[in-house]
Amino acid sequence: MTVWLVAACLIVCAVLAAAQTKNSCLDCHSNLPEPLGVSVETYSQNIHAQKGLTCAACHGGDATADDPEKAMSRSAGWKGKIEHKQVPELCASCHANAELMKKYNPGLRVDQFQQYKTSVHGQRWAKGDAKVAVCTDCHGVHELRPPSDPRSKVHPTNIATTCSRCHADAEYMKPYGIKTDQFAKYQESVHHEAMTVRGDLSAPTCTTCHGNHGATPPGVANVTNVCANCHVFQAQLFATSPHKAAFAAAGFPGCVTCHRNHGIKHPGDHMIGMGEKAVCKNCHVDGDAGAQQAVTMHDELATLAAAIAASDELLTHAERQGMEVSQAKQQETQARDALLKARVTVHTFSEKELKKDTDAGLAIAKQTHAAGEQAMVEWRYRRVGLGFSVAAIALVLVGLGLYIRNLEQK
Amino acid sequence: MVVSGATAATPEPRDVPRRRFVNILLGTGLLASAASFLYPILKYLVPPKLPDLGGDAVLAAKVSELKPNTGKTFRFGSRPGLLVQTAPGEYHAMSATCTHLGCTVQYRPDLREIWCACHNGLYDLNGRNISGPPPRPLEAFDVQVRGDEIFVRRKQEA
Amino acid sequence: MATRATNVRGWFDDRFHLDDLKALAKKKTVPLHRYSYWYFLGGMTLFLFGVQVMTGALLLLYYRPGADEAFESVQFIMTQVQFGWLIRSVHSWSANLLVFMAFAHLFSVLFLRSYRKPRELTWMSGVLLLILMLGFGFSGYLLPWNTLSYFATKVGTEIPAQIPVIGRPVLLFLRGGEDITGSTLTRMFGLHVAILPAIATLLIVLHVGLIQWFGMSVPPGVEAAWAKNPGERREIRFFPNFVLRELMAWYVALGLLGTLAALFPWTLGVKADPFAPAPAGIKPEWYFLFMFQTLKLIPAKIFGMDGEMLGILAFGVVGAVALLLPFLDREKPFHTRRWITGLACVFLGYMAAMTVYGWVAK
Repeated sequence: MTVWLVAACLIVCAVLAAAQTKNSCLDCHSNLPEPLGVSVETYSQNIHAQKGLTCAACHGGDATADDPEKAMSRSAGWKGKIEHKQVPELCASCHANAELMKKYNPGLRVDQFQQYKTSVHGQRWAKGDAKVAVCTDCHGVHELRPPSDPRSKVHPTNIATTCSRCHADAEYMKPYGIKTDQFAKYQESVHHEAMTVRGDLSAPTCTTCHGNHGATPPGVANVTNVCANCHVFQAQLFATSPHKAAFAAAGFPGCVTCHRNHGIKHPGDHMIGMGEKAVCKNCHVDGDAGAQQAVTMHDELATLAAAIAASDELLTHAERQGMEVSQAKQQETQARDALLKARVTVHTFSEKELKKDTDAGLAIAKQTHAAGEQAMVEWRYRRVGLGFSVAAIALVLVGLGLYIRNLEQK
Repeated sequence: MVVSGATAATPEPRDVPRRRFVNILLGTGLLASAASFLYPILKYLVPPKLPDLGGDAVLAAKVSELKPNTGKTFRFGSRPGLLVQTAPGEYHAMSATCTHLGCTVQYRPDLREIWCACHNGLYDLNGRNISGPPPRPLEAFDVQVRGDEIFVRRKQEA
Repeated sequence: MATRATNVRGWFDDRFHLDDLKALAKKKTVPLHRYSYWYFLGGMTLFLFGVQVMTGALLLLYYRPGADEAFESVQFIMTQVQFGWLIRSVHSWSANLLVFMAFAHLFSVLFLRSYRKPRELTWMSGVLLLILMLGFGFSGYLLPWNTLSYFATKVGTEIPAQIPVIGRPVLLFLRGGEDITGSTLTRMFGLHVAILPAIATLLIVLHVGLIQWFGMSVPPGVEAAWAKNPGERREIRFFPNFVLRELMAWYVALGLLGTLAALFPWTLGVKADPFAPAPAGIKPEWYFLFMFQTLKLIPAKIFGMDGEMLGILAFGVVGAVALLLPFLDREKPFHTRRWITGLACVFLGYMAAMTVYGWVAK
């Protein structure tokens, strides 16, 4: 019985082995040291290997031959080490070929190389710059994984780190004269926090605003369009505000003017007005029309925020005193929603518009505060009632005691 | 065996006012305490003005007030809900709290879909998240039309 | 006015021979000795039960059983109904006081040996009543349908499931199915407002009837002293002397209940969500804590048998011993009374210690 089992296994193994594409290169290269070494484990993780491509697909040669002479022969098309500047065209030889890519993954785009040529990286590459990024710099080489794999260098959670390998290296970027603080700033931003702390993979990373293959900064005039992809209302309201024309005329980069680009911090009410941390101060002077609007708007927001805080404090106090205020607390979320809406309406930079939203919020906060006061009135009423009841009971106890004494006195 | 108790013997002259005082004291106390027990009970028996429990079956809208291809936000317990009547006349109801960061969603008649203004998220009429940041669908609710009234309640457990 | 009253009394007397009843009532006495104060506990338990029936009936006017309405109806009572918070809080506090009083009454009767012949049936009906009170507490706890009650019931119904053979049927009976659902709520509601009250009424009538039949028991020591000197025996009339004193005690109880309800109103909690994970450190009400904590401390396996099952069987044995106590108090083959006292003290100490431990443990 066992003999048949073993025989069957052997036959199956042999069939499987024959079906798998033979990749003789790894027989030697898996044992070689860097930079010639590529372990079997590393290459097996490669998406190309998983689709059945051997080393020869990129490096040429004959992967079926065991003899190194035959495997790495020029007649078999062996290219040897691929030079940095040769990479884009090599990758494009398959990835820009729609007919070919359809056989593997019909859903994949085939215009990456075209986009690359429009990018800053691509343009410099075309001029012969050997330092700019090519396909393998971002996607990896032998350990190349699909972008959906969390370990891939171009998975949303890793993109910023990948870009920073060059763009945060001051030495490396010296010849280009651009700043290298973007990654550091991004790491302090609310978008980075959304991605890493909240796990929100839809949060923006470098490529969201700059593009991936066609990576280029959007340009001063287009910033608002980029932000508007998610922040629709803010962009629409901004477009109705006096700032749109003013910024365009002054060549200011839209949203970035106030919110920064890489280190976008969580906005706060402190940003508007003429206070210490206000961004309005960068252009407006105390007393000018804009400054007055800004101050009024700040006050309107602050009033609403304070009203909500006061109401919440009162309700929490009532709750701790044992009063049932859950419904009022639920109503508070409506007031908070109004404050959130107001903070979006700020982008109209019109205190009249803002007032509509803050007034709505204040009305609700007034109601919830009243509910809190009502709860405390009830709290006092209960204690007064209790006092009266206990007094009556005490009266009865004294009365009964005396009555019993009277009754039993002889 | 000695049995003590009861019988008020003939009171001595000076006891009578004291007796009366104690009786009045006790009587007042009993009356006052009885009142303090009965008053809350009687008030309790009177039903409050608002009979609505704010529970799961909620009157979301009237048939006459909700036109085709429009949506309406309504209070559903402690959270907002969205009731939509499509152009062909079907009703859909779901939670209006966006699953991304909690903003209140709205129906877009031009897109015929549900949209979140905060970060441009989109849901279809069954609440499924179809575009943008939202990671999960919106919780769908049951709609019941009784006469001119549209009631929404949580989907019943089996 | 006096004539009208006499006329009314006369009307009743013609039909019910009130004067005979009055004469009988006048004769009823209560023994007076150093332990007489303990006689109040039984009446106090009955009084608190009466408070429960009354506040319970009032709550029934607004409560709606059913998973989608129960919590909301209790919220309605607490927030919208005038003095609803008072009725509900008194009901919850009185429930706790009632269970405490029932245990106190049981232990005082035990230590004063009132279970002796001829009062064996009184004792047994009393033990059954105590178990019923615990049943009231358990079934009533689920009715607000908040997180605490949902998970307390979940844990509480899982425990009897460990009993061999009958365990699973018991679980299915209690839960009305495999899991805690709206069916469980309906079932607990039916138990709490109809089935248990019916059984309790019968047992209370029996229990109080038997007490009237046999009169008040006197502790053995006092009994012996009075047997030696009959002149020392003291009795106090039930009407009005004992009753007036009992009324004082009941008024104190009312004052206490009102104070607790007003200063520490019962909380609403959060509506039960069966899909949410159980909150950390979930534990039952204090009167079940000693059993709960005991089960937590028992090792998983004892001599190869399931530890929890053995624990539950042990509770069953304790319950049986409690029920049959009058028959275990005997002279032959040896004087068991000392043993009974000792074991009762140990058990009382154990319950108290386990309750405190269960309360403070995480």
